[in-house]
Amino acid sequence: MSLNRREFLGLTAVAALATPGLRLVELAQARAPEETATKLQRWGLLIDAAKCADGCDACVTACHVENGVTGHNRPATDPQWIRKVKIKDRQTGYVQTLPLMCQHCEHPPCVDVCPTGASFKRADGIVLVDKHICIGCRYCMMACPYKARSFIHEDTKDQKPHAPRGKGTVESCTLCVHKVDRGDNTTACAEACKKEGHEAILFGDLNDAGSEIRKRLASAPSTQLRPDLKLNTGVRYTGL
Amino acid sequence: MKRNMKQFVVGGLAALLALGGLAAAHATEPKKPARVPVPAISVNKDKAEKCVEPTDVMRRDHMKFIQHQRDETMHKGIRTSKHSLKNCVECHADPKTGSVLGKDGFCATCHQYAAVTIDCFSCHTDKTEKRVSANEPASLERLVRLSAPAAGAKP
Repeated sequence: MSLNRREFLGLTAVAALATPGLRLVELAQARAPEETATKLQRWGLLIDAAKCADGCDACVTACHVENGVTGHNRPATDPQWIRKVKIKDRQTGYVQTLPLMCQHCEHPPCVDVCPTGASFKRADGIVLVDKHICIGCRYCMMACPYKARSFIHEDTKDQKPHAPRGKGTVESCTLCVHKVDRGDNTTACAEACKKEGHEAILFGDLNDAGSEIRKRLASAPSTQLRPDLKLNTGVRYTGL
Repeated sequence: MKRNMKQFVVGGLAALLALGGLAAAHATEPKKPARVPVPAISVNKDKAEKCVEPTDVMRRDHMKFIQHQRDETMHKGIRTSKHSLKNCVECHADPKTGSVLGKDGFCATCHQYAAVTIDCFSCHTDKTEKRVSANEPASLERLVRLSAPAAGAKP
């Protein structure tokens, strides 16, 4: 097959037009249900503590409703996937609140210590507990510097179909993995915060240079909690 | 000693008599079937709809399908519904109770017959998605609990 100059130029133009178009479609579309989560994405959150309102716990409520997290009104042992933390500067008396959940570390200590491999990190950076192989030893709870994990002490009922949870296993924030896989591109906590008008929580792909989270991280200072541990957390904070 | 012996003999005779009586009673009773009857399973799905695999394959291998899908979903994020437990429950839940467990539940009936103890439903819900969201009043209690400041809560 030989091309004359005109045909060659025409084909090149078509290819040049089609390629970015395909790329855009690819980025905009959610992963198909049969596709594997890959390293191309690294999901994370950016939390603006300056916008987090004292006394508001919309994110906590939304998370626990979304994932069917119930307790027995025993605060010491009831599970907590996300909690509000109040910090006070002892010198100045300045009080701040922030939501704290699993930080979805790149190097998660909970995965290091798990004797069965139940605690694992998905290719796209989400740290999860495979409750099928969790033996409830709670090493991960000890290892987590953020106290992000909870143990289920009692029989559970009324679980959500997308969030199985049962006695004798450890659980924590899943970064709303069912929503991520569905392509919602948000989490229950981020949605609730937005609905309250605070917009303190932003969900996104840390690897995608075009995502809002990446742009905000690149344009303003942010911090990890306990950066000294070098865990490279997927949850970042600003306004601290 | 002699008295003890006498007691023993009397006791033994009584026991023998009792046994005889039992045997006689047993003989007059209508004969029970030798095995536990195979349970009648209500499939609980529209007649037009077919299961994801042929019935004989499902009977033998459903656990393999579910386990394979479980690892794919958990570790790789593959959420196809064909072999998912959620899909089983959606189709086979009793329309009255919305559950696959209970006396006539699709899963429970057969596993009870086969003396198989499964622990799927100690974590997974046995109800369809619709039923779970219909049970929302339960979450009201949860909301109340969450909005009340917890004294001993983790910092």
